[in-house]
Amino acid sequence: MSTHTGTMRTTRDARTRRTSRTARPNEARLAFWLVVPAMMVLTVIIGYPIGEAMVRSLYGDTIGGTAPFVGLSNYVSALVGTNSQEFWASAGATYLFAGVTVTMETLIGFGMALVMTRAFRGRGLMRASVLVPWAIPTAVTAVLWKWSFDPAGIINAVTGSHIIWTGSEWPSRTAIIIADTWKTSPFIALLILAGLQIIPDEVYEAAKIDGASAWQRFRLITLPLVRPALLVAVLFRLLDALRMYDLPAILTNGANGTTTLSILVVRATLSQLKPGYGGALSTLTFVFIFLTAYAFVRALGVHVVGRSEK
Amino acid sequence: MSTTTTSRTRGPLTGRATPVRRARRRVLSDAWLYATIALIVVFCILPFYWMIVSSLKGPRDILDNQLIPWHPTLVNYQAVFGGQNTFGLALKNSGVIAGSVTVVALVLGVSASYALARLTFRAKNTILAAFLATSMFPGVAILTPLFQLFANFGWIDTYQAMIIPDISFALPLGIWILTSFFRELPWELEEAARIDGCTRLQAFRRVLLPLAMPGVFTTAILVFIAAWNEFMIANSMSQTPVSQPVTVAIAQFSGISQFDQPFGTQMAAGVIVTVPLVIVVLVFQRKIVSGLTAGGLKG
Repeated sequence: MSTHTGTMRTTRDARTRRTSRTARPNEARLAFWLVVPAMMVLTVIIGYPIGEAMVRSLYGDTIGGTAPFVGLSNYVSALVGTNSQEFWASAGATYLFAGVTVTMETLIGFGMALVMTRAFRGRGLMRASVLVPWAIPTAVTAVLWKWSFDPAGIINAVTGSHIIWTGSEWPSRTAIIIADTWKTSPFIALLILAGLQIIPDEVYEAAKIDGASAWQRFRLITLPLVRPALLVAVLFRLLDALRMYDLPAILTNGANGTTTLSILVVRATLSQLKPGYGGALSTLTFVFIFLTAYAFVRALGVHVVGRSEK
Repeated sequence: MSTTTTSRTRGPLTGRATPVRRARRRVLSDAWLYATIALIVVFCILPFYWMIVSSLKGPRDILDNQLIPWHPTLVNYQAVFGGQNTFGLALKNSGVIAGSVTVVALVLGVSASYALARLTFRAKNTILAAFLATSMFPGVAILTPLFQLFANFGWIDTYQAMIIPDISFALPLGIWILTSFFRELPWELEEAARIDGCTRLQAFRRVLLPLAMPGVFTTAILVFIAAWNEFMIANSMSQTPVSQPVTVAIAQFSGISQFDQPFGTQMAAGVIVTVPLVIVVLVFQRKIVSGLTAGGLKG
C-alpha cells in the first residue's frame, strides 16, 4: 500500500538481512516464480480492463463514428461541471454507507468472533448459522429485504410501524444499512475468528494467573495479537463497501439519496451508453478508494510484511 | 483457578475472593455467554427463517405476513426444478465453477503468500499494494473490456470465462489473509525440518501448512462462497443454460404462473442454494479452529 515507506522499509530490511545472513540470490528467483502466476492473472483480468477504461475516459461519447479525444473534460464535468451535483451527492452517500456499515460490521463481527472462539456445546452449529447471511447470494438477499421493507411487508407488520421504507431519504438509507450490516458482519467475524486461533491458550492462562481481568486480557492480549487479521478484514470490507452496488440497486434503485458511485458508473456505462464518462467515473471511484485505503493503512499501520525481521 | 494464586508473590490485580463467589461469577458468565449466543443466532437466522417461511407459502398466502406457514406447500420448490427452469444443471455449473475457483485461487494464493511472508526479495510492499489496488476498481468497469477480450478468445458461454475473473476477484483478499497468517507462523520449525533432511517444499507442506490451516480454510470458505454467489460476470459470460450458474438462473425465474411475482420461487431457490453452503461450512468449520493447537506445538 504505502509505496514510499514500503520500499524504504524493504531496503532497510534487505540491508540488515544482508549483514546478518548470507545473501540468497536463489530466494529471489524462487519468490519470482511463486508470485508471478498470481500477478499474471491479475494483470490480464483486472489490469488490462482498468487501463482500457482509463484510456476510454479521455474520449467523448458520440453516437456512431469514432469517439473524439476530449482530454480531461469527462473528469471536469463530473467534479465541477454539469454533473458535479450528482457526483458529489453519490460520493457522500457512498462514504456514509461505507462508514456506518463498516463500523457496525466490525463491532458485531468482533463480538461474534469472541463468542465463536469459546468452547461450548453446539458451537459447530453456531458457526454455520453465523455464516448463513453471508452465504445467501446478494441478489436473493436484496429481494428478501425488498419484500421485508415493503410498506405492507413483514418489518412494518412485526414492529407495528407504518414507515414507507423506500419512500424517503433516511428510511431508505437505514434499510440499506441494516441489510448490508446483516449480510456482511459474518465476513468480518470469520476473519477475526481465524486470527484469534493464532493466540496460544497459555498466554491467557498466564495472564489469568497474574490476575488480569477479562477486560485487561482483551485489551492487552487479544487486541494486539488479533490486530493484523482485524486490519486486513476491515481494509477489504472498506474496499467492498465503497464499491457497494447490488443492495441499493435492488432495494431503492438509487432513489432518495441512495445512489452510490458504483450505481453511477453502471448507469453511465450500461444504460446511458456513455463509456467515456463511465470510464472517468470508475477512474475517479478508483482514486477515491485508493486514497481512502492509503489513509487507512498509514493511520493504522497495516504492516503485513513491513515489520523488521528478527 | 486454584487457590495457589494467593501464595504467589505477585498478587491478583483485581480483588477476587472466595471460591463460592468465583463459582457464582462462573455461572453468571455462562449465562451471559449463552444469552449472547442466542442473540447472535437469532440475529443471523431470523431473516433466513423468513425466507424459508416465504418459500413454503403458496401464491395466495405469500403476502399475509404470517410468521408460521399454516398451509405449507412445496409448489415453489416444484417451480424451481420444474418447467423451463434448468435449475439442476445450474447447481452443477455453480459447483464446478466455485470449486475450480477455490482450488486454483488457493494454489496461487498460498504460493504467492509463502514468497511474500517468507522469502527475501525487493519491492514486497509494492507488490502487496498492487494486489490490493486490483480490488479498488468498480466491477462493472471491468466487465465490458473483459467481455470483448473473452469474445475474441471464443470463450463466451464457457466455464473459464467465469472461473478466471472469479479467481482474480478472490486472489487479492486471499493473498492478504494468507500472508498475514504465514507471518505469524513459527518459521524456526522450517529450518529445523530442513536440517532433518526435508526439502523446502516438504518442510512447508508437512510442518508449516498444517499450522496455517485456520487461515487456509477461512480463505477457502470465503472464496467458495464469493464464487458461488457471483452474479455480474456470470450474467454476461453465460448465455445458455449449459454454463449458467444458479445466481443467473434465479434472476431469470418466471415464477409459478405467468403473471405471478416470482418472490416465493426466488426464496425457494435461495434456500436450495444456501443449504449446500451451510453443510460445507458445518463440515469444514472444525478446520477453522485447529491450527496451532492441532500441530502439537504451541507458542
